[in-house]
Amino acid sequence: MHAAAVRARSLIGSTRRLPIVPLLILALLVIGAVFADVLAPHEPLQVELTNALQPPFYHEGGSLEHPLGTDELGRDILSRLMHGGRVSLLLALSVIVLGGVVGVALGLISGYAGGLTDSIIQRAVEAVLSLPTIMVALVFVFVMGQTYASIILILSPFVAAELARMVRGEALSIRRTNYVALARVAGASHLRVIVHHILPNVAGTIIVVATLQVGALILVEASLSFLGVGVPPPTPAWGLMIDGGREYVATKYWLSLFPGLAIVLTVLSINWIGDWLRNVLDPKQQML
Amino acid sequence: MGRYLASRLLQALLGLIFISTLVFFLVRLTGDPARILMSDFAPLELREQLAERLGLDRPLYEQYFSYMSGLVRLDLGDSFNGQPVLDILLARLPATASLALAALVVAIILGLPLGILSAVYRGSAIDMFSRSVALFGQSVPAFWLAIMLVLIFSVILRIFPVAFGTGPESYVLPSIAIGWAAVAGIARLVRSSMLDVLDSDYVRMARAKGLPPHVVVVKHAFRSAIIPVLTFSGLVIGSFLNGSVVVETVFAWPGLGKLTMDAVNGRDFPVVQGAVIMIAVFFITINLIVDLLYAYLDPRIRYG
Amino acid sequence: MSRSWFSRRSDGPTGDVAHPSVDGQAPGAAADVADDVVLRVEGLRTHISVRRGVVKAVDGVSFTIRRGETVGLVGESGSGKTMTLLSIMRLLPVAEAKIVAGSIWFDGRDLLREPEPAMRRYRGARIALIMQDALTALNPVLTVGDQVSEPLRYHPGRHSGPIGARVIEVLESVRIPNPERRLDDYPHQFSGGMRQRVLAAMALGPSPDLILADEPTTALDVTIQAQFLTLVRRLQRDMKTSVLWVTHDLGVVAQTCDRVNVMYAGRIVESGDVRRILNEPQHPYSVALMESVPKLGARRERLYQIAGQPPDLLNLPPGCPFYDRCPLRMDLCRAEYPPATPVGRDGYVHCWAASKTDVAAAMLAPASSAGSDG
Repeated sequence: MHAAAVRARSLIGSTRRLPIVPLLILALLVIGAVFADVLAPHEPLQVELTNALQPPFYHEGGSLEHPLGTDELGRDILSRLMHGGRVSLLLALSVIVLGGVVGVALGLISGYAGGLTDSIIQRAVEAVLSLPTIMVALVFVFVMGQTYASIILILSPFVAAELARMVRGEALSIRRTNYVALARVAGASHLRVIVHHILPNVAGTIIVVATLQVGALILVEASLSFLGVGVPPPTPAWGLMIDGGREYVATKYWLSLFPGLAIVLTVLSINWIGDWLRNVLDPKQQML
Repeated sequence: MGRYLASRLLQALLGLIFISTLVFFLVRLTGDPARILMSDFAPLELREQLAERLGLDRPLYEQYFSYMSGLVRLDLGDSFNGQPVLDILLARLPATASLALAALVVAIILGLPLGILSAVYRGSAIDMFSRSVALFGQSVPAFWLAIMLVLIFSVILRIFPVAFGTGPESYVLPSIAIGWAAVAGIARLVRSSMLDVLDSDYVRMARAKGLPPHVVVVKHAFRSAIIPVLTFSGLVIGSFLNGSVVVETVFAWPGLGKLTMDAVNGRDFPVVQGAVIMIAVFFITINLIVDLLYAYLDPRIRYG
Repeated sequence: MSRSWFSRRSDGPTGDVAHPSVDGQAPGAAADVADDVVLRVEGLRTHISVRRGVVKAVDGVSFTIRRGETVGLVGESGSGKTMTLLSIMRLLPVAEAKIVAGSIWFDGRDLLREPEPAMRRYRGARIALIMQDALTALNPVLTVGDQVSEPLRYHPGRHSGPIGARVIEVLESVRIPNPERRLDDYPHQFSGGMRQRVLAAMALGPSPDLILADEPTTALDVTIQAQFLTLVRRLQRDMKTSVLWVTHDLGVVAQTCDRVNVMYAGRIVESGDVRRILNEPQHPYSVALMESVPKLGARRERLYQIAGQPPDLLNLPPGCPFYDRCPLRMDLCRAEYPPATPVGRDGYVHCWAASKTDVAAAMLAPASSAGSDG
């Protein structure tokens, strides 16, 4: 069929408007997390057994002093949520930066060089992607010790692999275009071609994938701390809070509910924004 | 087809070698596994004895060689309680495998119709709904969902059981908890795949032949659209193995995930090593099966 | 309340079009039958909504096809010929395309006002489509036997006897060797030329009254193309099927068509008998088309080139769309679209200049008189 008149698609209008809702939610969460020291009503680590297991403010027995209730050691849940958020955010960002740099670099090299280099890197990437993230992280952190460093270290390869895979695909197709060939003919070095020609065009993909990976990372980190191999105690972590509330779930549901809601809201907002970004930056995909 | 099969098998084999090597080095990274197995307070002689028993005092390449040759013979060593690791793993494998399959069924039952409806009614309320469901599904951590499901269905409503072994009902909650996250991916993939296919020339040709819409959608569009979804399902099972670690913990499900957790807590090294390898093997096998299925369904690969 | 993917792409025109009819029956239906007219398109307009405005892909097209006749629809890319074809079938490619006006009379009924289930009964059975690229038109995961038999299976009553026999019969008629053994083969196992013939077989199976062929030979190389054309011509004569042949290739037109409609910017600018149009074109665009094809034995150093750019279908001028590129343009042409001037037995041309002078002579005369009229 002729391209001219037949393929006149119009973009779905709604996807181009800025998604205010998730941005607001995210802004709220980030501010709460970053300024937890200042904004939290109580000390997250302050144990007060007399206050233990207080219900949220909307139940009988609850009060606005502990709006989301207290846990089994009397610690204020809201404050712990805010501090936990900060931890999650910091971890996620660190992993994204480390894994991102490595992943993008590998992807660019792999896509640009092609041939044997590409094959080797691709096999490695596929192997990493075929590993069950949580299991491997579980073992690794256990073996290496429960520190921020070990968590960041074991999660970065997964992010790197995902980015490498996406970037490679794009780099591969850009490499074949005419303007890259022209640049090389004009004497540009490999590095210059990569940085000046390929990188700007994959920037969109990088942003989208990185955003979505942040969401995935928060989930993984929550799972790890749920299993007890997350951030070292006594720092509050959402996953850990959920685990702590497990035995009380029948009657004191708020211990597990609120941290979970926090996770859901955070990841939801991030994924929402990520999907919107994907639609904006690559309307051809039109997925979700 | 024969050549394709051979190359895929080779790839799978290489993958297995790579992963077992990776696990080997992963587990020995700290330099002294014996120190982990026993606390730092244990006397040195005891630790040395343990190291000798486990063969940890031998040079690395010797350890690697005996490890790999053991793997080939399907000997994964013994657990610290004496039982052969392989036996322990095999005993727990069915529980995890059946759960992963159940989760896949859940994900497909929910995701497939959502995706198809989304494509055919693009832009409508149904589309928006399924997109929201998809978005939501990817934002909920499996373990928390598991706990909430237990709360709602087991405790409050008393419909479904919590523990393993009370028949097929016991599969319901855990498989939903695991499969839920994949509904999003499957629905999304089915949707975009269907949209691509619906605009293709052969679908237009099918309509031009005056075929009724259900024949166009199911026989022509769907069969082609389903192929990428199959590949995706393979990946999805991998993520289920991931999710099973946490979900099995919540439901006290006697599978590989919980085994790994217990082994990690109990510092039972060989079991941990074996579990990770087994899961990787499982995953690679599933991928291989999916690839072969793909080749079977797309005659271009089969005869091409 | 949501529209399905299907209904959005097969709607008839919205709103009422001034057109005296009772129950979808044309006042001229009887006349059509008498004249042996199989298809009569009247005032067809198909518009596509894009972000910047409306593309008038088909802008007032009218023509007829008689029984057993092969009518060509010629034009460059974007002239609207494919969209015309798709509009007849009501199989528009995107939801943003809509048939906004006109009537398509077939078998005494206006196809544009028929409900979709009725259209489905026509499609494949009485009006068949042959698409351009057989590789993409055939479903890769279904066997050829399955796909060729589908129109027969879903339109029972268009043939007699067992379906299998009819499939083999029609595959033989398109010269596919050993058809019984190839029924279970997949499209990619056939050569390009054979695939195209499979498409023809798919269309011919139910013995349709009308075949719409959308450049089915464009993807083929010349010898295969010649075979295909001969084949279609023979079958068409044998079965008295009418064919609407969309193409930009004048060679194909010369070989197959009885009459030709020349399209430009969504309109038919000239229509007539194929010999007449090829030898004595009256519209400047037709003249340019004929002249821009190299002919064996002709002594000319340069091929004729049409000046200017293809028309911008978003912003068509009120008058003749060929104005910018026409060497014989006049002020009148820009202001008003010329009405039909009869030519020959039943042809016509829409051109102010053609009604006054010999266009071909004026355009091709060496140096002096080009553009002198006006």
